[in-house]
Amino acid sequence: MRRHNYEGVAVCVPVTVPYSRYSLKSAHWFCGRALADLISKAGIEKNEVDGFCVSSFTLNPDSAVGLTQHLGVSPRWLDHIPMGGAAGGVALRRAARAVQSGDAEIVACMGADTNHVDTFRQTIATFSQFANDAVYPYGSGGPNSSFAFLTDYYMREYGATREDFGKICIAQRENALDVPHAMMKRPLNMEQYLNARIIAEPLRLFDCVMPCAGAEAFLVMSIERAKSLDLDYATILSTIERHNAFPEDPVQIRAGWAVDADDFYEHAGIGPEDIDVFQAYDDYPIICFMQIEDLGFCAKGEAAAFIADRNLTTQGDFPYNTSGGQLSAGQAGAGGGYLGIVETLRQLTDQTLGKAVPNAVHGLASCFGMINYDRGLCTSAAILKRSAA
Amino acid sequence: MTRKLSPPKRKNPIKRTRLPTMPPGNRSREAHGLTAMAASGRFALQTCEECEAVQYPPRQICSNCLSDALEWRDVSDGGTLLAETTLLHSNDLFFRDRLPWRLGIVVADVGPSIVVHLAEDCVQGERVRMSLDIDRAGHAIVTARTEKPSTNEEDDLQLREMKFNPKDRRVLIVDGKTELGLGLAKAFADAGARKIFVGEAQPWRVSPHLEEIRKMENVNIMPLDVTDSDSVEELAAMIGDKVEIMVNNSYHLRSGGLIDRFDLNVAHDEMEIHYHGLIRLAGEFGPVMRARGSDGHHGSVAWLNVFSAYAWVNNPALGTYSASQAAALSLSHCLRAELAEGGVRVVNAFIGPIEDEWNQLAPPPKLVPEATATRIVGALKKGIEDIPIGAVAEEIIQRMVENPKEIERAIKS
Repeated sequence: MRRHNYEGVAVCVPVTVPYSRYSLKSAHWFCGRALADLISKAGIEKNEVDGFCVSSFTLNPDSAVGLTQHLGVSPRWLDHIPMGGAAGGVALRRAARAVQSGDAEIVACMGADTNHVDTFRQTIATFSQFANDAVYPYGSGGPNSSFAFLTDYYMREYGATREDFGKICIAQRENALDVPHAMMKRPLNMEQYLNARIIAEPLRLFDCVMPCAGAEAFLVMSIERAKSLDLDYATILSTIERHNAFPEDPVQIRAGWAVDADDFYEHAGIGPEDIDVFQAYDDYPIICFMQIEDLGFCAKGEAAAFIADRNLTTQGDFPYNTSGGQLSAGQAGAGGGYLGIVETLRQLTDQTLGKAVPNAVHGLASCFGMINYDRGLCTSAAILKRSAA
Repeated sequence: MTRKLSPPKRKNPIKRTRLPTMPPGNRSREAHGLTAMAASGRFALQTCEECEAVQYPPRQICSNCLSDALEWRDVSDGGTLLAETTLLHSNDLFFRDRLPWRLGIVVADVGPSIVVHLAEDCVQGERVRMSLDIDRAGHAIVTARTEKPSTNEEDDLQLREMKFNPKDRRVLIVDGKTELGLGLAKAFADAGARKIFVGEAQPWRVSPHLEEIRKMENVNIMPLDVTDSDSVEELAAMIGDKVEIMVNNSYHLRSGGLIDRFDLNVAHDEMEIHYHGLIRLAGEFGPVMRARGSDGHHGSVAWLNVFSAYAWVNNPALGTYSASQAAALSLSHCLRAELAEGGVRVVNAFIGPIEDEWNQLAPPPKLVPEATATRIVGALKKGIEDIPIGAVAEEIIQRMVENPKEIERAIKS
């Protein structure tokens, strides 16, 4: 059966609750501020939002359910998406179907997390049963050690170098320089990148995201509703999600996008060459390489060559992670999983925090999450299009 | 190549001793299946009884056919190292104190990819040999070494944290007057122990075994009577902070049961030596050993009890003796829990009847003391937690697991 399209659905009101390295506020606070910002920018009342998609690591012991009472809302459609870095793309496609079917009229999608001084350690120390049993007792490096394995394996398999990864990190830093809430706003050069302190060989400091507190959010509603509210919006050409792809690969070298990319572009009716702006999930540069390859911008193993003669900044020929991504802005927990969607929406509705990509019509946001044991299990992606009006 | 371990320097008395910390110990019930395998020195993984798929990490449902019939089966320990990293940052205090820390992903010959602690000499792309070891928190972990043992492999500082190697450590053998005591002294000397303290009770009673020990190098014979609180306290005050491996080989065997030999004095002596003796040793030596669990590369590591296999099930021919062994075994589990806070392991060896004057009437097979000692020390080095020695002990433990009622009734024959 052919997949339905996303006709009539609008994505709008990109919201970011500014990041901070540490915060005494709770995840509920970040969700609440995101909702307040969403309704104020949309010009609607709180109870007009009748659907919620929520992702957070630090709402514990609450889930999205507890949040409804906390924030005094009575939605008729509620989803809690515990998929970390992949949650944004998944929230978007679920919310879109809810709106399309009439199960909800306005869905608020939000990824929000706080970061107290010991939050990150506690999160990774109790991340999953497999991680508790078979990863964390091995050096307790958290995601650093997992991505070090993937990076080491990829480098040996395809001959990529640290300079190749450095190009990504440096371009993202340049993009972040104009973004007010970015955690890291000093320019980065190759020498600094290569000589930074070692974290987990072959990863060094600037290969690793900095955990922080913050939130990313957006609204999904019908195009009619967005027009009646006079909101700039984008439409959805296609979305995908996949979990635990390629379990037979001994070390992760590709992920779910590689399963679904053909269907993705066919559904969207455009190809990778038509993408004007690309947001990749970027807690470590290795995963950006995998997305560039698995989403069809180049063949497997050729990401280094692909980016070598391209300019990845907002003003370049391959605008990529245009707000600096998590590597420069920080990783606001599950907010990091929504960052790509929100920044794509900003670019397509002229609401950027930093520099705008000129004439961007098609944006691709890709998401990745949940190192359950030795690899990330969840992938999602979406292609958004600037509205015709 | 792994650097040869250098003997410890003299300790700086002003410097604060590193406090014991533990690697993360939060494990699922399923993962403790691995601990059971590691404790008995096996390399076993869950295997599906229906489709034969080998599973890792441990779980309750086969990831291939969804069967719940997963059994622990010995599997090949071979694999290939696919990816590696060296951590210079860790979120956990135990590892922070011990950086750099080397890790790898090994694809096992039997299928799964396994995150491992990695020996220094392993090379990416090459074959490795895995083992299930027990970490300082007392839980199973997988380590990988080069396929063929490399020179100085045992000196790998990172893996030494998960082993209980006597090399360059100081040992106290509680009873030097038995033939097994002599064998243990020799075995620990062969294993590279830096110093061997040997206890001597009742100095008026001459023992040829102790005389032989006296001729060995790096041996100090010390007065120690486990039935005398003052004696234990005095020795602990003298050498307590130097004991890195405690060997409780107290031995007092007299044959007889309850009705056939009604003798409270014998029963009292057995309890005094095996049970109260362990209490005294634990109370005096336990605290300082626990505090020195992280004291450098040569800190205290293990408390070894040599028990009779009849600690598991009462042999009516040795009725009160068996009971005193069972009491001591139970106590050892308490000691294990308390020493675990310092990362010090309690290891129990269970021996069958030994070829000596007190076992004259025990039918063969009987154990040769020297070989028994070598096997005990070998198992300690391998990190095995419960060590059955000899056919009699192995059979008792197996029968206890299979059907305790059967062995209860059959053992008297």
